[in-house]
Amino acid sequence: MATIIVDNKSYTVDEQQNVLAACLGHGLNVPYFCWHPAMGSVGACRQCAVKQFKDDRDQSGRLVMSCMTPATNGTRISIDDPEAKAFRASVIEWLMVNHPHDCPVCDEGGECHLQDMTVMTRHVYRRYRYQKRTHRNQALGPFIRHEMNRCIQCYRCVRYYRDYAGGRDLNVFGSHDAVYFGREQDGTLENEFSGNLVEVCPTGVFTDKTFFHHYTRKWDLQAAQSICPHCSLGCNTTAGERSGTLRRITNRFNSQVNGYFLCDRGRFGYEYVNSPHRIKRAVVRPDCDRTKPGQPEEVPQAIEIAADRLRRARGVVGLGSPRASLEANVALRSLVDPQHFYQGVDEQERQLLSTILKIFQTGPVPSASIHDAEQSDAVFVLGADLLNEAPRLALALLQSIRQEPMEQVDELKIPRWDEAAVRNAVQNRRGPLFLAGYQRTWFHEYATDTYFAAPDDIARLGFAVAGSIGQGTPSVPDLSPEVKDLTQRIAEALTHAQRPLIIAGTKSGSQATIEAAANVAWALHQQGKQPRLSFVLPECNSAGLALLGGGRLNDAFDAIRQGKADTVIVLENDLYRRAEAANVDAFLETAQTVVVIDSVEHRTTAHADVLLPSATGPESDGTFVNQEGRAQRFYQVFVPDGDVKESWRWLSELGRATSQEGGSESGVAAWRNFDDAVSATATAAPALARIGEVAPSASFRLVGQKVPRQSERYSGRTSLISHLTMHEPPPPVDHDSPLGFTMEGYRGPLPSPLISQFWAPGWNSIQAVNTYQDEVGGPLRDEMPGVRLIEPVATKASGWFTTIPRAFQPTAHQWLLLPLSAVFGSDELSNRSPAIAERIGKPFLSLHPSDGARLTLEDHSTVDLVLQGTTYRLVVHLDPSTPVGTAGLSLVPEVSGVSMPAWVDLLKAIQTEHKRRAA
Amino acid sequence: MERPLTQHIHPDGTTRTLREYVKTGGYRCLQRLSSGLAPKDLQRLVTDAGLRGRGGGGFLTGTKWSFVPMGADAPKPKYIVANGDEMEPGTFKDRVLMEGDPHGLVEGMILAGYAIDAEVGYIFLRGEYHLSAQRLTEAIAEAYAAGYLGTPLPGTGFRFDLHLHASAGRYICGEETALINALEGKRAVPRAKPPFPQTVGLWGKPTVVQNVETLYNIPHIVNQGSDWYHRLSRTQDGGTKIYGISGRVANPGWWELPLGTTAREVLEQHAGGMADGVCFRGLLPGGISTAFMTEEHLDLPLDFSSIPPEIGRLGTATMIVLDDHTCPVGFVLNLEKFFARESCGWCTPCREGLPWVAKLLMSFEEGRATSEDLSLLKMHTKWLAPGHTFCGLAPGAMAPLQSALKYFHDDFERHISTRGCPWSKKSSQQKVLV
Ligand SMILES: Cc1cc2nc3c(=O)[nH]c(=O)nc-3n(C[C@H](O)[C@H](O)[C@H](O)COP(=O)(O)O)c2cc1C
Ligand code: SF4
Ligand code: SF4
Ligand code: SF4
Ligand code: FES
Repeated sequence: MATIIVDNKSYTVDEQQNVLAACLGHGLNVPYFCWHPAMGSVGACRQCAVKQFKDDRDQSGRLVMSCMTPATNGTRISIDDPEAKAFRASVIEWLMVNHPHDCPVCDEGGECHLQDMTVMTRHVYRRYRYQKRTHRNQALGPFIRHEMNRCIQCYRCVRYYRDYAGGRDLNVFGSHDAVYFGREQDGTLENEFSGNLVEVCPTGVFTDKTFFHHYTRKWDLQAAQSICPHCSLGCNTTAGERSGTLRRITNRFNSQVNGYFLCDRGRFGYEYVNSPHRIKRAVVRPDCDRTKPGQPEEVPQAIEIAADRLRRARGVVGLGSPRASLEANVALRSLVDPQHFYQGVDEQERQLLSTILKIFQTGPVPSASIHDAEQSDAVFVLGADLLNEAPRLALALLQSIRQEPMEQVDELKIPRWDEAAVRNAVQNRRGPLFLAGYQRTWFHEYATDTYFAAPDDIARLGFAVAGSIGQGTPSVPDLSPEVKDLTQRIAEALTHAQRPLIIAGTKSGSQATIEAAANVAWALHQQGKQPRLSFVLPECNSAGLALLGGGRLNDAFDAIRQGKADTVIVLENDLYRRAEAANVDAFLETAQTVVVIDSVEHRTTAHADVLLPSATGPESDGTFVNQEGRAQRFYQVFVPDGDVKESWRWLSELGRATSQEGGSESGVAAWRNFDDAVSATATAAPALARIGEVAPSASFRLVGQKVPRQSERYSGRTSLISHLTMHEPPPPVDHDSPLGFTMEGYRGPLPSPLISQFWAPGWNSIQAVNTYQDEVGGPLRDEMPGVRLIEPVATKASGWFTTIPRAFQPTAHQWLLLPLSAVFGSDELSNRSPAIAERIGKPFLSLHPSDGARLTLEDHSTVDLVLQGTTYRLVVHLDPSTPVGTAGLSLVPEVSGVSMPAWVDLLKAIQTEHKRRAA
Repeated sequence: MERPLTQHIHPDGTTRTLREYVKTGGYRCLQRLSSGLAPKDLQRLVTDAGLRGRGGGGFLTGTKWSFVPMGADAPKPKYIVANGDEMEPGTFKDRVLMEGDPHGLVEGMILAGYAIDAEVGYIFLRGEYHLSAQRLTEAIAEAYAAGYLGTPLPGTGFRFDLHLHASAGRYICGEETALINALEGKRAVPRAKPPFPQTVGLWGKPTVVQNVETLYNIPHIVNQGSDWYHRLSRTQDGGTKIYGISGRVANPGWWELPLGTTAREVLEQHAGGMADGVCFRGLLPGGISTAFMTEEHLDLPLDFSSIPPEIGRLGTATMIVLDDHTCPVGFVLNLEKFFARESCGWCTPCREGLPWVAKLLMSFEEGRATSEDLSLLKMHTKWLAPGHTFCGLAPGAMAPLQSALKYFHDDFERHISTRGCPWSKKSSQQKVLV
């Protein structure tokens, strides 16, 4: 800690910081543009100038850039110095030379950092009276709009896109006052994290195109904390609504999880909520006649009909869901009784998840948060395709590879925040990152070494690495010299690191890679390292569902097939994504009654005898557990129209309707509000006991008041409905959370989950987050970053996994079909968003060129592949990273029902034009 | 008067071959390295000689070298870079040397490389210097063939490689850190200092960037010693300097003269005074990023320590003369247009301020200026100061403007009061010729 003197007052600050960050951390307003808490200082904009004095005798001082000045002990500066103030106002005046001042028609208006900084410096009148330079804008794809004239040349976009996020197709062109930030030519921005440009750009150059399609001002949004449902990482988001439409998703800072950034799937995938395929009405199939389509039904009748069927059922099976909240799953489990509650996931996934839980519960190595991943100094990924399965984690690893070179930076006495200097010192040096997988992406270019192989071989590599690190670990026979070499390199890098991280995933279906990953982490732990482990899971609440437990999907199928039960309740789940279509068909057709609760139509909802419209994430309260085991709360943002209700509420109503008349209500039937759901969840499984600590309960009040979801400036409350009534209807009442659907209520410091949007006087942009942190870039004040449900208790590994698979052997006729995840295409919900849909690629089959030759297939040719009874039209990709003897199938909506991995005889299964003609 | 740098240059403009160069003592001092002159001895020799950088800043070369990490633990490789960008308007001294005597640069670089233990050298050459490029390429090839480059120097284990890189052509590429970025293939934007290139330079390694003329001095210092070198000069800064003059003088050109020669001597004795019919009004002593000097300053010794900072600085010592038939506002406008165009676009005051300044000056010329415009110009000269902008380009751009506002204030006022340029009516011949 150091003491600095600002305008003659002493402040205690962290001397590792720069003066700008130190001042902001103390709530002192210093304007800035090019500096960013996650991207450091480069000293370009000159907006953050302050006066620095040598000592207390120095009266004249000199202007310095606070972002480039270390906050060393005794640093003496003035923010209020007249010359410093005048200079800062001048910087704004210069920026205004070419800025178009089109705030009224600018999407950034009202949450623009340039507006905020202009007001902060008190610049008013621009004396420039000549022509402005103008630029041509570019079409950048479905996510981002581009309006270059508004650019103030802070260079943040390129620093973010290229240096931070590894993007290549955005750059700065030209020079002097005509620098241009864009692509070489029009075209979709390629990088999976492009959406962050919207928040990184301090003005309205890059704005959210999906928001533009149903634009409203920030202050007119009704907003609340959400948790991204589009992968297992659980990034925190702020969802904003107006007039019944979900308008946009913005990043919500959580120091442990997503920090300042989201991926594009998470930011632009929200429009499933507004989808025309939303289920808005309760639907009942008349007379149980499966030949007739369902008809909309009044809610009480629908409930009664469903309850009647449930009461008369010979047995009910409940199928839970890894994308439904914990509370919804617990509600179903309570309604059908735990022994009839089945995890609605395929058996392979269920087993992998239970292995993973066991690894965390019994092993000595803790799971890694995204923040931990960023801090890791050596990383080994086994099998998971992070860029496509857990994008934000890939972004974290792009930062982790800077950890090792940073040690040299420290030796050169360059402060870590001095990004300009750090980049020059580090150059292209990168810390160790080893990627083993079976699909190459651009992310692999950042790897120290890559290894493309079938899952069994990847597992063998993992076991071998563990074998050469640990004592008593099983060794792997028959490794090729190259793999032995690689093993050594990986083992060395991991043992040289202080905070190594091992990552594996479930997508390839390989139990062995997961066990190998655990062995590596445990071996490192045995060697006195502080390793972390991370497993990428299939869905947003896969971990929650696994912790809750439940039966096997096949047992549910059997129960119906064998007549032990005749009624099915499906919770937020498309079973056709879980099992082969024939099995699902048989299951749903054999059941007497199928009750489905879900939000968007899909193949399973088409089979519903009673279909109840459930609320999506932003329309409900709930808890997800992310892949790290962190339980996080999301809050209802708005009250949906139609019959839509939270799934747990439907289930609770069904519970009440089925309880014996006059009998006392118990279990889910007794739930009255979300707090009841949380209490029941806390007792549903031992691991869930702390669920209540995740966020304040519904009864939480501050000064006796609820917390408004609407801003102080929310407009049009009466005028919006003035054509209907002159009276202002009372706002909806929220019994489930401490939040209100109003403008009124408590305004002041809040526990972080209750913050509706980050805002402070003078700070209207997302950069208001600064004002919620004690140390800029650090945790929020009163941050409740979620509760980690699993921490290791063991101090050492009790044993090693010893089942080492045999080396993968390509066979003459069979190919191992492997799933290839796609950031745009593999997630059920985000696929429904038009902007994401535009980015989904055509389904393809990836083959090693030698296999392509063997099958006489050319690159980019089209084939029909018959798989598990269905024919898929696929484009052939010949890709040298596809292991010989395997075939990769892209997981896009058209092929979402294929179970993989699977062995397929491609010689038979592939139909080409040529073969068809021959036949 | 001794002219160590240029005495052998052929007056007919042809180059000097390796054979000629060696005949006049070239590469001789490499033997001193072989016979035990250690890098730190060489550093001390240059420090004692008081050699100051000829790129415009006048920084003590020996001091600059002393910041380079030395010894077995020092990062490897280290680099020595010759700054031959010379895009400073009016400046052509490096070209004279490189075209006339290319081996002098090669030898200077070998010695500088040896002094800081840098095994690789780059010559960063202005893109338009085709003749220099051709002659340097030949010289480098000759030096490789003769074993001065690419082979360990006998008895030292020191081996030096030298590459020529032609710039893509921006004024900012002459700024040493932008130059390093350009060499790395990045945008030519200056780097933040600290760290200085001596510790974190080209590709993150210790690097010394030295002006071409500076490097030419080193062989002579090694051959003849620091005392001799001091005696060459008339002031405390050692050595000779190439002085040049352009503008309406009788005999524009360049002369190698003792450091500390006055502007009056250069102008009157060497350049033969002003051209017929025009009178002297002022001069920019060394390129366009130096402040005007007027009649009263003509007797100041032109070196790195005799010009008081409030008057200006020497810069490159290649002067541009302003005469009374040329509008000082138009003259400065021309300069500011150049600076505005050559701003790299990295920092706000320069990127946005310089075009504004140029437009304001244009208003003066077009007769649309007001007295507020005068204060706007002054505001820019105040704000675009060292430390306020990211690099020295913008403060350099303000030097001629600020001094013009001081010395030619009446002319600015006349543009306002007469709503136009008093010169433009006279004759087209008086259009600005810089
Ligand atoms: C805008 C700008 C342009 C420059 N152009 C040149 C140049 O063309 N040649 C040069 O030698 N130095 C130039 N310099 C100075 C260099 O940055 C550096 O100080 C010099 O090359 C160091 O060499 P010296 O110590 O031998 O003088 C320039 C500086 C600035 C700020
Ligand atoms: S586009 Fe935005 S982020 Fe990029 S330089 Fe311009 S203002 Fe800065
Ligand atoms: S990484 Fe996953 S959780 Fe995070 S924003 Fe993207 S899809 Fe959502
Ligand atoms: S002063 Fe700023 S904009 Fe101008 S050249 Fe230097 S870094 Fe670039
Ligand atoms: S924030 Fe300090 S210079 Fe831009």
